Formats: sequence, structure tokens, C-alpha cells
Amino acid sequence: MKHPGLINTVIKDNNDFFQWSEKNFAKIQIIIEKYPPGRQQSAVIPLLDLAQRQNKGWLNKSAIEKIAETLSMSFIRVLEVVTFYSMFNLNPVGKNYVQICRTTPCWLRGSDKLSEVAKEVTGCKIGVTSNDNQFTVVEVECLGACCNAPMVQINDDYYEDLTENNFRDLLNNLKTNKSIKPGSQIGRQTSDPKRNN
Amino acid sequence: MPKITIDNREIEFENGMTVMQACELANVEIPRFCYHDKLSIAGNCRMCLVEMEKSPKPIASCAMPAGEGMVIKTNTDLVKSARRGVMEFLLINHPLDCPICDQGGECDLQDQALHYGFDKSRYEENKRAVNNKHMGPLVGTIMTRCIHCTRCVRFSTEVAGVDDLGMLGRGENAEITTYLEKTIKSELSGNVIDLCPVGALTSKPYEFKARPWELKKTETIDVFDAMGSSIRIDSLGKTVLRVLPRLNEEINEEWINDKSRFAIDGLTKQRLDKPFMRKNSKFQIVDWNTALSIIVTEINNRNKNKTLALSGKLTDIETLYSAKSFLNSIGSSSYDCRYDNAQFIENQRDSYIFNSSIQKIDDADAILIIGSNPRWEATVLNARIRKAYIHNNCKIGLIGKAIDLTYTYKHLSNNIDYLNDILNDQSDFCTVLKKAKKPLIIIGTSAINFSDGKDILKVCAEIAKKYQITNHNFNGLNILQQDISRVGALDIGFYNNFFDLDYKNSLKQHIQNYKPVVFLLGLDEIDLSILQDSFVVYLGHHGDATANIADIILPIPAFPEKTSTFVNMEGRVMQTTKSYNPIGESKEEWKIFRALSDQFENKLNFNNLNELRQEIITKFIFLKEINSLPSVLLSKFGLPVKIKNRELEYNIKNFYMTDSISRSSVTMAKCSKEILDKVA
Repeated sequence: MKHPGLINTVIKDNNDFFQWSEKNFAKIQIIIEKYPPGRQQSAVIPLLDLAQRQNKGWLNKSAIEKIAETLSMSFIRVLEVVTFYSMFNLNPVGKNYVQICRTTPCWLRGSDKLSEVAKEVTGCKIGVTSNDNQFTVVEVECLGACCNAPMVQINDDYYEDLTENNFRDLLNNLKTNKSIKPGSQIGRQTSDPKRNN
Repeated sequence: MPKITIDNREIEFENGMTVMQACELANVEIPRFCYHDKLSIAGNCRMCLVEMEKSPKPIASCAMPAGEGMVIKTNTDLVKSARRGVMEFLLINHPLDCPICDQGGECDLQDQALHYGFDKSRYEENKRAVNNKHMGPLVGTIMTRCIHCTRCVRFSTEVAGVDDLGMLGRGENAEITTYLEKTIKSELSGNVIDLCPVGALTSKPYEFKARPWELKKTETIDVFDAMGSSIRIDSLGKTVLRVLPRLNEEINEEWINDKSRFAIDGLTKQRLDKPFMRKNSKFQIVDWNTALSIIVTEINNRNKNKTLALSGKLTDIETLYSAKSFLNSIGSSSYDCRYDNAQFIENQRDSYIFNSSIQKIDDADAILIIGSNPRWEATVLNARIRKAYIHNNCKIGLIGKAIDLTYTYKHLSNNIDYLNDILNDQSDFCTVLKKAKKPLIIIGTSAINFSDGKDILKVCAEIAKKYQITNHNFNGLNILQQDISRVGALDIGFYNNFFDLDYKNSLKQHIQNYKPVVFLLGLDEIDLSILQDSFVVYLGHHGDATANIADIILPIPAFPEKTSTFVNMEGRVMQTTKSYNPIGESKEEWKIFRALSDQFENKLNFNNLNELRQEIITKFIFLKEINSLPSVLLSKFGLPVKIKNRELEYNIKNFYMTDSISRSSVTMAKCSKEILDKVA
């Protein structure tokens, strides 16, 4: 059980060959131009993000080396950045990357139960990708939306004010490819005071 | 000068100093792990915390610039408890395996825990464990011991110039490694072992061999390249267990290369310990008297006044002088040291030394390298060039094959005739040289080891004059010698003009014509076929290729087994110190030549090493001053001629195996296989 963004080992025996897509290649030039000439290494984080999105949510050896090559950096310097930030995954993740916040405010509001629900619906343990590649569920530290605790992040979006029931519905909808609504799941506008009726 | 108060004492300091440096001026010791004066400041170990007035919390003295009027306290309760706290944190994940740790007894963490630490542990959880990493045949790792000071990472990136090491992860997951555990491809990698304040990076060949306090420590000089780096040899009995660099700002700073450090296991392999004689193509052990009398008979039977002596890479001044005197006494003047055919200009000492001095590279802002791979010929000097490249924005041009020198340079040409273009202002690099305030030229022996060598020196001298590289008080025209023996040999005139320009063919001619007795003074770099018909006496310490074709083998001590005088590439006279007595029956060369001369009319005058040295000093006064730089010489080599086209080839093919000692070393064989992919 390990967060795919917090491991230090690169998957070596991977035959995946990473090549920038045409669309992303055009984007790279724009990103690099934001920095002064000769300082192209500053673009390493945006480029890693771009590569991760292109590569189904994770970075393999080939992608890391490609970025190093693009920015004329050594491989180890890129790997240092990748392993420092938990945002960059070194293991493959499922289509829906579910990060459950377990820091104190969320925990007090029942994040434990959310983990149980996630395990039950997806059928996989924390930190493991489900067999159908639909889900990877991990527990993370504070995501900074404590006012709407408990919350989870699924791919790029936050889902807040969760309960066991609405979280179960949320995951089931994801499983059946139904559309889901990001943000508060109880209809709150941002973090308006909730009325106790 | 600005003033700072440290422990109630007012101290003057220079602008730009850190609080830690100011404390050092005040003789106040500040404990540290990550700070190292040759590396950039990281400030991540927090061991150097001190109290600063008006600051609510202690500050890291290594990273805080000292300022006018600062009040620093280093012995208050706050500082003491801060240090104790930092130490407790460092020790949380550090294993208590000092009894089996190679660093035990010379460990910064051990020493500082004793002085600034806590006497017991309050930590009851599990310690973390980290997998060991593969870093190649030289650096062993026990990564659980690492305290993440990142000295090794900073060294390899900043000084060695190879981005191989890095720190992955963060917090509890932080670990030092190379990318996918590949070998560190640097000739300076051994220095990370010295830099490591704990036992995380250890010397693989020295692993579990000895404790520091049981070793005999001899301060001496390195002989594997022409720099003459300051080293310390740690020996146990008659074995050298390790070699460490000594601080010498003028030459090697705090570094030595991996060959100097690790080739020492070759000192116990393939050693010649007794005199041998060839009989029916087999070697027989003989005693010294028989061996010497055979040599005397052979000298008398053959052309006595054509007797030949050829010196090698590691031959010291004492040997060269006694061999020369002996040959002169029997009427011969056939001796030479230029086995690689490197040319120089007679009576011009500045045509074969590194005139500007090694330290002056730091100030250079343009360097023209001609036919030299400094990374392999003088690794530590190359680190200096890299330093100039980083700190002075030094522009570097290379004439010779394109190679990785650990810094960016402009590749000018593969051919030596490009020098004509530079002389005639037809190259882009000319503008760089003109603009530069302190330019240098470095000529490798690979550029001048052909018959046109003298012409190249003349053209280079002219270039130096034209671009103000030499002026009346500075000579920036440098020749980078590869052997510690060469400058000394040329200094005392161990050459014969007959062997000028074309060493190999003139040697062949000499041997064919006179079939003389040939003394090989540890010379292994020679075409063996030309020695046919001659009587070969090999004076050496290793049974290398040349020893196999010798008629008589006389064992001599290797460099840690005798005290010798060398002149390094700068023309600086250096003396080595003896670490232990010679192996077997080996005898110093000067004793051999002294004993031989007894059998001839003109005997040599010296009877012991002191008398020999006195005689050398009387004849060559400049050899008297030990460790001082020669005064500036000005290059006047004569009129330049047009240089013909010739492609340059570097003459070192394998950095790890350049002489008889490193060729016998198992560690060096592993290195050339794993790092250079060459099979020995």
C-alpha cells in the first residue's frame, strides 16, 4: 500500500515509448518561452504535468528521459522533481484517481467511512488499482478544502460535503460512466453556512 | 572592515563572509555536517545553529551572511539545547552500528554526538531502513546511515561536473542515489567517500579492512599524474590500505583522482621481489652479486660507450641522476626520457612546464586547450578549469577530438594546423582571446609528440605573444605533462639530442648499430621489437610486458617504499616520504648504479642518499627549493613556421590503466570494465 506519487522507484522494464503528441509539442514551446533563455529547466514541472496527462496519469522511464532531453537536464534532476511532488505518479493509475483526504478536519467529519465505501464500491484496497483499471483509491493529507469536509479529489476535481450515501452514489455513477457534478454534493454554494433544518 | 561580536568578543571580518566563517576567525568551533567550504551552501543539517541578538529563534550560521554590528552567541543554553535537539533528530533514523561501520573512529556524527549530543535516546519507534544503492566499483553504500547532508550531490554536480547523484523523495522517504543505480562516471568519484560525514558512502576496496587508528599515516606526494597532488598514505605492515588527499590550495585543493586513490592494490600484485636472469628463455632467481657481475661483463663485451638508459613514467630524480652519472662515467651519453616523443626546446625550461601555475587557472577567463584531454591527463586540474568555467564564465576552446570535459567548450578543430588560423587571426576564438584579461594556453603532450612538436611550440609562443597571454610578469603558455618524472628528467638533462624528433626510429637505429646494454628504468611504454639484439636490464617493481623480454630483472622499490624527489608539471620540486620498507630484496636504483660503478674506472662519488642529494643540488641549484614555484620564465622559442595538417590523437586510451602499478590493480581493471566498458 503506497501512494503512487510517493515512491522513489521508476518502472524500468516498461516497453512504453513516450513521444510528445503534436498538440503537446506545440504547448511545450509556449511554456518554455515563458522563462528567460537558458533557463528552460524552470519548465520542468509544467512539462511533467503535460506528460503525465498524455500518459494516462503516470510517468514512466521513457517520459522522464524525454523531458530531461527536451529541457537539456540530466535524468536524475528530473527524477528528483518527480519524486519530491506527490502530484507526479510513478506507478500506473486507474481512469479515476480517487484521493481521499484523511487529515484531521475530514477525519473528524467521517473520512474513515469514505475509505470503507471506496473499498466496497471499487473492490480494491487503498493504494491499489482495481482490476478493471477504473479506479485507484489513495488516502492523502490535507487538500485544503476543510470547510467542506469531508472531501475527496477525483482526477482534477474536488467533491465536497460527502456522506457515506452520496459518496457511494458518486462512485457508482463513475463506474457506470454517468456524469457527475464536481463541488459540494449537498448543493452548497462554495462554503456557505449550511442551514440545519 | 565591518565588525561582528562573537561571544562578547569583537572581530573584524571581510564583506561577504558568513556567520560561520566569522566564527572561525574568532576561533570558535561550530559543529556542521552539510557545510563544506569547497561546495555551495545547502543549510539543511541545522547543526550549525547559533543565537543572534534580536532574532527570535536560532539561525543557521553557515547560510547567514555576517553583517556589521551583529551580536552572535555560541555558548548559551539556547544554542546548546538547539544543537542537542538537532542531534537527537539526526540520530533518530541513524543506525547504532558504529562497531561495524567503516567510518568508526573518524566519523563526524560520532564525534559531534559525543560533544554536542544527548547521552540517551528517547526514541522508541522503529527506525527507517533504506536499500543500498549501486554506485560502481569504487563507492560502496550503506544508505540507512545517510543523514541527507547532500555533500555528495553537490560535489558531483559542482566540482566533478557529472550530474549523476541526486536526492529522491522528501522527508522520511528521502534517499541519495544515482539515476536507476547506474555507475558514477567520474574520475573524481572517490572524493564523495571523504566528503560523507557518516559511513553511508564508503570505499569499496577498503571495506572492513582496518580501523583508522591502527594505520601508519605517511604524508607524501601522488605520482600517478604530473600534478604531484598532496596525499596521505595509510599503510598497515607492507600494504597500502588507502590513499587520502591532503589540503593543498596551490595544487589539488582537497581532491585526488580515482587512480591515485584506488590503484594502490596494484602495489601488492605482480611484484618483482628478487633479481632474475633469463636462461634458455626462462627466468631464474639469481643473487644480486651475480646479476651485477653479468651486467658488468655485458657492458664490457658490448659497445660500452653506447650503453643506453631509458626512463619511464615514475622514475625519480635520484635514479635519473645516478643513471646519467654512471653512463657518463663509462663514456656513454645515450639516455633519454621522452618515450612518447614529446618535444621541447633545449635550454628553455618554459617549453616543458606549466608556466602559469595550477592555481592561476582559477583566475583565467579564456583557455585554449591544444591536443590535451585534461580530464584524463590531470583530473584535478580539469576540475579547476571547470571552476573557472563556472565562476569566471571562462571561455574554453579545444583543438583535438571532441570529448566530454565536464564543461562546455568550443570545439575548434580536430587538426593541429588550426593553430595557423589562430595565429593569423582567422578564427572566431581569436576575438575571445583578444577580449580576455587573463587567457591561458594549455598544450598537451599529444600535440607535440611528433617531429613537428618544436614548430608547434614556436607557433604557440607566438600566439601567446600576439594575444598578450605572456607578458613580462606572467606566462600563460602551459605544457601539460602527464608523468611526474618528465620535468625533472628534462631539468637534469636526461636526454640526448640524437633521440630528438623521432625517438622510436633513432632508438631503433642506435640499438641496431651498437647492440648495447639497455637499462630500462621502469619503462614499459616501448615497442619491444626494437630491443632485439640488445642486452636488456629491466629495473622495475612490476612484472609488466617489458619485464618478460628482459635479460636481467633488478627489483626496485615502488613509490611508497622509498623517498624520492620529483619535479611536478609546474616545475615545483617535491619529495615523497617512505611509508614502509621495500618488498623482498629490492634496492633503490641509485644503489645499483653506485655498485655497478665500482666495477669500472671512474667511480661515482656518493655513498648514501644524502651525499647523492647534495651532489644533485650542487649541480642543479634550482632543485634545492622544495615546494616553491619557479620564477616566471618568458617564452622565446624562435620564429614560427607554418604547421602542416595532422589529426590529433590523445595518447591516453584508458584512464584507469596508464602505468605498471595501475595495470596490475584489480580495482582499476574493474573500473575500466564497468566505467569505460574496456576489457583489460
